[in-house]
Amino acid sequence: MRFNFQRFWAIVVKEFIQMRRDRLTFGMMIGVPMIQLILFGYAINSNPKHLPTAVYAADNSVFSRSFIWGLRNSSYFDLVHEAHSPAEINNLLAENKVQFAVTIPVDFSRKLLRGEQPDLLLEADATDPSAVGFAQAAVSGLATTVLNHDLTGPLAKLQATAPPFNVVSHQHYNPESISQYNIVPGLMGVMLTMTMIMITGLAITRERERGTMENLLSTPVHPGEVIVGKIVPYIMVGYVQVILVLLAAKFLFNVPMLGSVPLLFLLVLLFIVANLAVGITFSTIAKNQLQAVQMAFFFFLPSLLLSGYMFPFRGMPGWAQNLGECLPLTHFLRVVRGILLKGNGLAETLPDLWPIALFLTVVLAIGIKRYRQTLD
Amino acid sequence: MDTSDYAIDVRGVTKKFGTRTIVNDIAMQVRPGEIYGFLGPNGSGKTTFLRMLCGLLTPDGGEGKCLGLDFRSESAEIKKRVGYMTQKFSFYEDLSIEENLDFIARLYGMSQRKVAVQKSLERLGMVERRKQLAGTLSGGWKQRLALAACLIHEPKLLLLDEPTAGVDPKARRDFWEEIHKLAADGLTFLITTHYMDEASRCNRLAYIAYGNLLARGTVDEVIKAGGLTTWEISGGNLAALAEKIRGLPGVEQVVAFGTTLHVSGRDAEKLNASVSPLISGAQRWTKIESGLEDVFISLMETAKDNFS
Repeated sequence: MRFNFQRFWAIVVKEFIQMRRDRLTFGMMIGVPMIQLILFGYAINSNPKHLPTAVYAADNSVFSRSFIWGLRNSSYFDLVHEAHSPAEINNLLAENKVQFAVTIPVDFSRKLLRGEQPDLLLEADATDPSAVGFAQAAVSGLATTVLNHDLTGPLAKLQATAPPFNVVSHQHYNPESISQYNIVPGLMGVMLTMTMIMITGLAITRERERGTMENLLSTPVHPGEVIVGKIVPYIMVGYVQVILVLLAAKFLFNVPMLGSVPLLFLLVLLFIVANLAVGITFSTIAKNQLQAVQMAFFFFLPSLLLSGYMFPFRGMPGWAQNLGECLPLTHFLRVVRGILLKGNGLAETLPDLWPIALFLTVVLAIGIKRYRQTLD
Repeated sequence: MDTSDYAIDVRGVTKKFGTRTIVNDIAMQVRPGEIYGFLGPNGSGKTTFLRMLCGLLTPDGGEGKCLGLDFRSESAEIKKRVGYMTQKFSFYEDLSIEENLDFIARLYGMSQRKVAVQKSLERLGMVERRKQLAGTLSGGWKQRLALAACLIHEPKLLLLDEPTAGVDPKARRDFWEEIHKLAADGLTFLITTHYMDEASRCNRLAYIAYGNLLARGTVDEVIKAGGLTTWEISGGNLAALAEKIRGLPGVEQVVAFGTTLHVSGRDAEKLNASVSPLISGAQRWTKIESGLEDVFISLMETAKDNFS
């Protein structure tokens, strides 16, 4: 058979007509590249600056203040907390409020003046190694130069030789900077987001597309019964995935599990249900199964990029961080990394639990409102 | 008969989609145990009317009772007592016959679920095929399964939307036997159909076009109310004759039936005056009784002029 131009052109014309009719697919073709362009171009930054830092200055001297100024001027550190005890610093790091904590010991200036090269402690939350590397390098450079301005006159001799003080770095939670420790627990959240939304996204659209919805609506079944009934089976699927990731984390990647695994098991339920609710809600909006899959993808892409899974959360500009804070994956990543790597308990994870719960409530309310009990 | 004794007793039922009125001010009264046929062209509002009766669509106007319950405010209760069979097969193709029946029985909260499913399988002769997936059934079997599923919760009223579309004649006849048996047991039926033979198997009929109820009553009553006169012409050269007759004063329908031609119109004298001069020697011209189909087409043509 010969290639016939007219027949070929008939297909081309038909494809264009169908493309024009299916607005969502058309939107995907334009929207996805735009989202990627904006997120990769503006939001993602692998050299994060302005990281929140706590300072515990037991020695309030001119040298301490100069050092703190030096930190600020490096533009890697934003001093957001003035801590009053080492315990407070530990809490701030565990609750993910700061990325770094600087401790200036009591006798810092005395030892400095004696030329004893005192130690300064820089602690980092290294669960995500890529978030702290550049900032740490900047600090070690600081030690040799930051006090030059203060070390004048009789003190000038301290300048000439080795650095007047040492910065001791402690990488908390992941001292060897093993990126698997960060990636593998995070993968649990990413997998759940993708599969849970996709599966349930199809759940109600399939009923509508196959005509079984009309039948279902003519029975006495209530919307709540349908939605909850469709969510529960997939909760079990979600738990199977969680178990698989945890087993792999333990036996293949040797990820440390400092916190309580049963606690993680309990808390992951909230996250699974939140994602299932997103899927169900999408499926009440989508007209067919293809649209449901496309909506799932629309949600998944920002989740992947803005949650802090692929790129350091704190490297993103404010608007992107605000967007990221709305996504359940962002908070779940902090929960799972906190429990496994930091050994966090329920108290430390609470700040990230209520946003997921709030998200779930809002989405479920939309879903139940959108699920119509009639065909109007 | 007291109004509360009717299985369906509604008035002024209206439904609009945007500015279009799909169902316009329809009243219907169906007695218990009656088989009530609901006819009309495609898109005339039959399905919309059925959906409003069982609470799938919210009516924009109307009042009345369905099984003694207010059809607008008590649709949740009505759903428990009504079986609705959709036009398109709407059970789960990836579930077996038995699983489908069991699912429906659970939704209606049947206390003796297993027994009900077993009984339903037996009555429809599907006991051996119980494990077969619904998607692999032929059209006739799918229709039987759908009917069985509608009956499982022992409803008082069945709404069947074109139940026999695409089903072969033998299966259709069996299906109607079953319906008559069930009606004899006291079940009420409201059935939409396009088939005239099925219409004549109903106790009473209603004919709807463009959302308006145009005729109702028994088959004879509907035909009589149509006021149509029909002539049958047989003999040679009918195709040429049909061309000549069409459009003449008084001629409303010219339909070829194999070797005969049916000519109908509501004004018998005008029709006669127009046609009889054209009948040539070999052709025979006899007056016959108008069929239901002729009446419906005539009603539809009139309705088109009036409402569109």
